[in-house]
Formats: sequence, structure tokens, C-alpha cells
Amino acid sequence: MCSGTVIVILHIHIHPGSSVPIYRQIVEQVRHKVATERLGVSDQLPSVRALAETLVLNPNTVARAYAELAREGVIETRPGRGVFIIAKRRVIVRAEARRRLDPLLNTLISEALAMDFTREELKEAFEDKLNHWSNDKGDKS
Amino acid sequence: MKHPPVIETRGLTKYFGAKCALRDLNLEVPRGCVFAFLGRNGSGKTTTIRMLLGLVRQDRGEARVLGCDSRELTPELRARIGYLTEEHQVYGWMSVRETGEFQASFYSRWNEKIFRGVIGHFGLKPEAKVKHLSRGMRAGLCLALTLAPDPDVLILDDPALGLDPVARRSLVESMIYLTRRSDRTIFFSSHDLADVERVADHIAVLDYSVLRACCPLEKFRNGVREVRLQFATPPPQLPPLPGLLQCLRTENALRATFVNLSSDTEQALRALNPLTLEVISLGLEDAFISYLGERGEKSFILSDIDMEATV
Repeated sequence: MCSGTVIVILHIHIHPGSSVPIYRQIVEQVRHKVATERLGVSDQLPSVRALAETLVLNPNTVARAYAELAREGVIETRPGRGVFIIAKRRVIVRAEARRRLDPLLNTLISEALAMDFTREELKEAFEDKLNHWSNDKGDKS
Repeated sequence: MKHPPVIETRGLTKYFGAKCALRDLNLEVPRGCVFAFLGRNGSGKTTTIRMLLGLVRQDRGEARVLGCDSRELTPELRARIGYLTEEHQVYGWMSVRETGEFQASFYSRWNEKIFRGVIGHFGLKPEAKVKHLSRGMRAGLCLALTLAPDPDVLILDDPALGLDPVARRSLVESMIYLTRRSDRTIFFSSHDLADVERVADHIAVLDYSVLRACCPLEKFRNGVREVRLQFATPPPQLPPLPGLLQCLRTENALRATFVNLSSDTEQALRALNPLTLEVISLGLEDAFISYLGERGEKSFILSDIDMEATV
């Protein structure tokens, strides 16, 4: 175990039965915590086994999530020491990122239009949310 | 997988009188995996399990566990197989501790720490009389009896049957704990797909005595997709499409589920000129229900062979 490092407690909520596979749920929640700076560079994550037992999941599912996060450049496994959050490298090209953003925007816009939001209202709500998120970054819990 | 499969069947077939209980089952369970055996009631799961253990004699085909023909399992090999039946048969007049001692006397390898650990996990007192235990506690006791000999392979016949959510969670936790020994294989039948999603990495699906899928869980889930089409007018008839499972039609929308949705099929759906077309992934339970649920044209389901035996 690395000296002086405290392994962070990962508050992850698993929803079996969701259309999002469980390993994706872990990936997305860890990514979200990094994006909102609830997890920072060189924070140590629980081992695969420890997280599997905490979340009551097959360890292979957690291993798969960690592998995905490693591929995305969010975490790194240091042999003999553990799993750590690392400085974000950009692993997908911008065009690909834009392509993945597209369906999310579509969902947002179609839901908003269905609820009779005007363009202006939607823009405003979007701005508010963005501001809220950048404020969130401050309070690391 | 470099190791030979822990459980293997070839053409396993069983009739009860004129009724076919299991038809030509080919199954391979890799070492070290958590394998969920799924299917509706009466689809042949328990019969299969009983044949794996040599308790029921097949009419055709072969079953092997730990490399040995199930009809010739020696006491030494049986001691390496942990088998939990649906019925949880224990003697009511014994205490929990006495039940453990009784069971231990049949095994050369018995780990009292595991026995104590599991009964403790289910909140059982060693002095409690078995006849006073709740169903969940009894399941915990039987699980402890099955696990204490530290078996290499566990065969659990619907271990969650009749358990309340708390006891079910203890069961799932115990199963996760068991994977600490990475060469241990767990083969279990279940109807609880949320728990299956938590613990299993492979699944097999039996339907009307026939194996319909056998693959990694993710592969099964990815294999079933729903397509939602919206139209300005009443939706047109669907042309015959490969892999169509179910189709639901409303005034201006169509929802169809497919197994192994191909780009050709997607093209064919786009050719119907919908206003919008969305392809959606399903949760395990929805995928399972679509896959096995009632539908008019069962003969469409030809391409599910793709999902078979590709462990």
C-alpha cells in the first residue's frame, strides 16, 4: 500500500435492470466525480475486489469498468500500489467526442421542446446548469 | 480459456414418458466463472442440474463435471462439488451447530470457519433449532453446509427461491465472497435477473427444454435491441425481418425488438420512411422478457444460433 495515501470511498449507486450496463454505470459515475472534482489527480480508488464486495458485484464487472477508465485515461493501475486517478489525457479525438455528444443533445432538446420550452428558456436553463456545475467544482466532498 | 470446462454437456436429452424435458443440451461452463442458468418454470433447469449430479439418468448424450462422466462420479469428486437443492432439506430436530457437525462427518475437508462465517452472515445462532428457522435462515444454513467443504464447483438450484430481499442480498454477498477463490466455479439457476446482473458473467437460457442462448451476459444483453419508429400516419406492416422478437404497434409508432439487429435490417426499417428511428439497448430483464416472451412468429428467431456456444 502506498504510504500516506487514503483510499477514497466511492459513493456509487448501482441500478440493475437499467438499460445502462453496470460497468458503464461505474465508468460514468467515476467520470462525473472527476469532472466535478469530487475526485482529484492521485486520489486512490479501492481495489477491484474491494469495490466489488462493497457494491455487491461480480469482480469482473468492476475490472471491466476500471479497464475502460484506464483506456480513457482517467485512472491508472500502479502494480503493487493500487488504482489512482491521473491527469486527464485526451484519448478520444474531438470529432469523436462531438459525435458522442450528439445523441445526448438530441434527447435534451426533444424532451425540452416536448415540455414547451422556448429556445431562449432552454438556453437560459442550460447556462444556469453550466454555472451550477462550475460552482460545484469547488466543494470537494 | 485454457482450462477444460468445469461443466460440459453434449447432446444431453431427457424424456419423462412422452414428454421431452431436455433436448440436445450442449453447454460449457468455463472454470472460475459465475454462470447463471436461466429459463422459465418447467424449462428443464432442475432436470439438467440433477443429471449433472448423476441423480437422474439421461436418455441420450453426455454430462461431465470436473472432467468426469456424471454417471460415474466418485465420492472424492462429489466432495469437490457443492450442491444446493431447491428444497433445503435439513432435520428440524437438530440445532444449527448439530446440523453442521452431522454434515462435517461426511467430508474429509470441512472448513468450520466458512460454516461459522456464513451462518453468522445470515444471522443464525448455533444453538437455534432448525425447525424454528425462517425460510431465509434455512437457506443460509443450507448454503453454509454446501460451502464449508470448500468445493471447487458450486451447483445451486434456484438458491434465491422464496427468500426475502434481505436474505437474498446475503446470498448474493456470499456468492461474491466465494469468487475470492478465483478458480472456483459457480453454476446457479435463478429467476431474479437483478441479482443475476450483479453476480453472473455468463448466462445460458433454456426455453421449452431447448437451449436458446449461451454466452457472456453482456453479449446477450447487447444482442437484443429495441427499435422505436415514429410515423406521421398509422405505421405500415413490417416486412419479414430476420431476428424479429416482438412488435408493438400504436396509432403512430412502432416498437420492435430484435436479436442480432443487422445493418440490413436497420436499412429495411429506414425504408419504411419513419419520422424518427431510434435504436435502444435494453436492461437484462427487458432483453430476457423480449427474448422469451410470447410472440406470434417464433419461426423468425433463426439467428439466435449466433449467440450460442461462443463463450
